[in-house]
Amino acid sequence: MASGSEEGGTGIQIDEYESLISTTDVELLKRAWRHEKAAPEILQYEGTLVQRIREQIQLMVETVEEFAESGIDPLTVSLYEMDLDRTQFLLRSYLRIRLHKIEKYMIHILKTDLWNRLSEQEQKFAKRCTDDLGKHLEQSVLSRLPDGYKSLLKQSTASEEDDMVSEPQLDTFVICKSKRDLGTFQLDDSGGVPVELLAGNLNILRYKSIKPLVESGQIDLV
Amino acid sequence: MAGQSDPHFSLFSAEEVEFMAEDEMIEIVPNMRMDPLNLLCGDFGPFLPQIATQVPLWLAVALKRRGKCTIRPPEWLSVEKLTEALEAERESPRVFQPLPFHYVEISRLLFDHARDDIPDIYMVRSLVEDIRNVRFHKIEINLEEIQGRAHAVKIKNLSAMEVNIVRPFVVRALQAFYKHDSPEMIDQSDTTANRRPQVADHVPRRVVRR
Repeated sequence: MASGSEEGGTGIQIDEYESLISTTDVELLKRAWRHEKAAPEILQYEGTLVQRIREQIQLMVETVEEFAESGIDPLTVSLYEMDLDRTQFLLRSYLRIRLHKIEKYMIHILKTDLWNRLSEQEQKFAKRCTDDLGKHLEQSVLSRLPDGYKSLLKQSTASEEDDMVSEPQLDTFVICKSKRDLGTFQLDDSGGVPVELLAGNLNILRYKSIKPLVESGQIDLV
Repeated sequence: MAGQSDPHFSLFSAEEVEFMAEDEMIEIVPNMRMDPLNLLCGDFGPFLPQIATQVPLWLAVALKRRGKCTIRPPEWLSVEKLTEALEAERESPRVFQPLPFHYVEISRLLFDHARDDIPDIYMVRSLVEDIRNVRFHKIEINLEEIQGRAHAVKIKNLSAMEVNIVRPFVVRALQAFYKHDSPEMIDQSDTTANRRPQVADHVPRRVVRR
């Protein structure tokens, strides 16, 4: 229901309102998962959503156990289990993608305010990872390089910036769809034609240009 | 060049696209009685014999496989509608017909698990195949025409599977265009005489091991 194409333009306001109040947590998690997959940088951790889902999963696991014991027919039990599996998959995949991004960009995350987008456990993980990686590189390689090249962060002491730190490529193109007409948009400051974002059209744009729209939920990454 | 970022985690596998398609609602007619299901993804039922009800596709397939229901194919999955759509696709080389976003996955799942619920299945199946081919061919042609200076591409009515197949190519192509178009690049090549220190580009280096 949430991802189907909607025919007819009448009553779009009502449809949106209805879909807003009836959006399940699983739908929200699916959206967060899709966005995390499509976006080149790590996004804000959906702490409250994950917490709620965890609780619901926990409840469901207990319910299924009760069912199995109280002899409810196996068909029903297996259907509940399937639903549980699907939700758990979404949650795990969501967390895994984030971990992958953290591992890849850990030094950058530590240096910038992307740090605030991590959950507490992710922050602990990132810290430990960076420490371990730093120590390892130190011991195995960096300490044996000539002076002036020993830094983890800079190629050499002549570098002005930390150019050994990899950053997410915000220029990556992403495919997105908006639910409503968003008017014309200036993509970037190097001129170029402003782009019109219409409801239902698929657009392929640079992530950087639409970052604020994604964050405010007006655009969906596909 | 070592500057390509690793895109692998941003690509959806075909299974993942199907996973998302499985949440689409579809109508079934149960042949047994079952209590309502209060699942994490929503509440469904109650299930009464011969009374049609709407459930997510994965649930419909699960029930069908255990012989507990028949599936009502969606309206668009009929010889009539598909023939119309195919003709319309063939007539307009630039416009894609509005088909359901997950038409590929839905039809695949129904062909695999609900053969007997689809009238004229052979005809329907070959129509869907033809539509897929015509559309894909259109995509290829349209893509060939993306030139430099294309900072955004707009396509209407592409389906999920088509988007997914085309994504890796389009993203890299547009990226390459963007990079070669960027004034910074053009600027750099003019100053070889001045020996500027290398500009930090912060691009993740390609992993060389393995």
